[in-house]
Amino acid sequence: MIPPVFVAPSLAVAFPLIFLAGMSLMLLLLGVARKTEDFKSVNNLAIFSLLAVAIVVARFSDERMEGLNGLFVSDPFAILMQIMVLVGAAVALSMTPRYVERERLMRIEYPILVMLSTLGMMVMITSNDLMTLYLGIELQSLPLYVLAAMQRDTVKSTEAGLKYFILGALSSGMLLYGCSLLYGYAGTTNYTALQLALTAEAGMAPGVVVGMVLLMIGIAFKLAAAPFHMWVPDVYEGAPTSVTAFFALVPKIAALALMIRLLSGPFENMVDQWRQVIIILSVLSMAVGAIAAIAQTNIKRLLAYSSIGHVGFALLGLAADNAEGARAVIVYAMFYMVMTAGAFAIVLMMKRKDRMVEQIADLAGLARSQPLVAAAMTIIMFSMAGIPPLAGFFSKLFVFQAIIDAQLYALAVFGVIASVVSAYYYLRVIKVMYFDDPADEALDRSNDPALTGVLTISVAVLLFFIILPTSVLTWAREAAAALAQ
Amino acid sequence: MTMIGPTHFLFLSAILFTLGVFGIFLNRRNVIVILMSIELILLSVTINMVAFSSLHGDLTGQVFSMFILTVAAAEAAIGLAILVAFFRNKSTIAIEDISTLKG
Repeated sequence: MIPPVFVAPSLAVAFPLIFLAGMSLMLLLLGVARKTEDFKSVNNLAIFSLLAVAIVVARFSDERMEGLNGLFVSDPFAILMQIMVLVGAAVALSMTPRYVERERLMRIEYPILVMLSTLGMMVMITSNDLMTLYLGIELQSLPLYVLAAMQRDTVKSTEAGLKYFILGALSSGMLLYGCSLLYGYAGTTNYTALQLALTAEAGMAPGVVVGMVLLMIGIAFKLAAAPFHMWVPDVYEGAPTSVTAFFALVPKIAALALMIRLLSGPFENMVDQWRQVIIILSVLSMAVGAIAAIAQTNIKRLLAYSSIGHVGFALLGLAADNAEGARAVIVYAMFYMVMTAGAFAIVLMMKRKDRMVEQIADLAGLARSQPLVAAAMTIIMFSMAGIPPLAGFFSKLFVFQAIIDAQLYALAVFGVIASVVSAYYYLRVIKVMYFDDPADEALDRSNDPALTGVLTISVAVLLFFIILPTSVLTWAREAAAALAQ
Repeated sequence: MTMIGPTHFLFLSAILFTLGVFGIFLNRRNVIVILMSIELILLSVTINMVAFSSLHGDLTGQVFSMFILTVAAAEAAIGLAILVAFFRNKSTIAIEDISTLKG
């Protein structure tokens, strides 16, 4: 808890945000003032400030606090999601230096853009007003467009940036139109006041339903849920791999947090309307994630489709609309982050004769040349496929339990089928590593301690969650309970 | 002579919004047109916000519209910058040429 003498009580909630904004501007000044662009020290300072903010946020009290006249809110849910986002961003940054050195991307703007984007995500997570929601989403998206186009001398990267920008701007426009309709109905933009205004009867008004659906579509774009996923594979493939790792790890968590916050707050009384939307998004995402990934040959595209599928499973938990469901979504998001961090650490390790490669076929023979890396990849892929006793199995199990408690049996059956179908392409990666003959030389050994560290931690968490499950589950339960208040 | 009321503003903004969305999806020629369509969408929201603000007698909508205008400017700047970077690599901004990444 921050001492009240230090900051005005209403500013306390916004203090971590102000601190992060200040730090990113300081780093920008530092980077510009020193003639030699010192990427590494700026990167390390960025990681340090992200983790420092995470510690400050973690020490916030568990009580619900509103700040700046109800624009921001802090509760256990917001605290947990902010910590996840901050740690995820720090992990993504720690994996970058060697990669950007090789690709000649060592510009100090890189870590600063990541910091600003993370700041936007924190604003999204702590938002308690449609205005902060919009500004948070934009502050998160604008740096992401630039990051995608970071490799500005290649067609692929700039094209990825352009596609991301066009679809992202369209989605923000839809989200805003939805906000304006809700404001028109309720005459307020504050979540608490909206919750009172949007009663079950309000759910009958077409303007309110259209507004809510447009708002959800806007968030679904950021979440990369099907049918709003068309930008994801292209952006994942075109953007520099370290940027892709950041895209896969962090922004989805913030969008998911925002979706949970809205559905359990302002739209709480309109379950009958939003549940249909969530079910459609979830079923389509699971189907796209399971089927479209089968034909992929590029590992980044494969992970893109796999992330779409995972979003579908996470949304299943939301469709349950009970505390169990919210807890399941939070646990799912945690393990999604852990698995994705490990998977991208391996993708960042993939190079042959000091050039990055990203085809699945390039993994052939990895089991012989680097058995430990191959074993780690096997564990991550098994966990993504949901095979016990790995953590990925439990995250899927909790979601299905919640869905069955809500008596949505058909949905649960569909989810299990999608999960089985998607196991095919995860197992294919393992088959390529263990049984295919390499067409070329073996992949280079990685000498980056950061990547090895991230991979080791990720695999350890996936393997040993079954031994110590309580603390993770307690956090998630407390966060989910805070939402119901 | 009928009075201009909130409904008229809502219709105007709905028409502009639809034009903007269709401008993005039906336009097959030029990325600049897409940027213009995005501006159109944001401006339609601004009209909505200001109309509702005067209807409710509440200033929030107008404050919101100021934020939208600011963000729209930042968004256009970033969009044009990315477009210039793309043009330098590919020497074209025709939509059918934005097709290196697919599958």
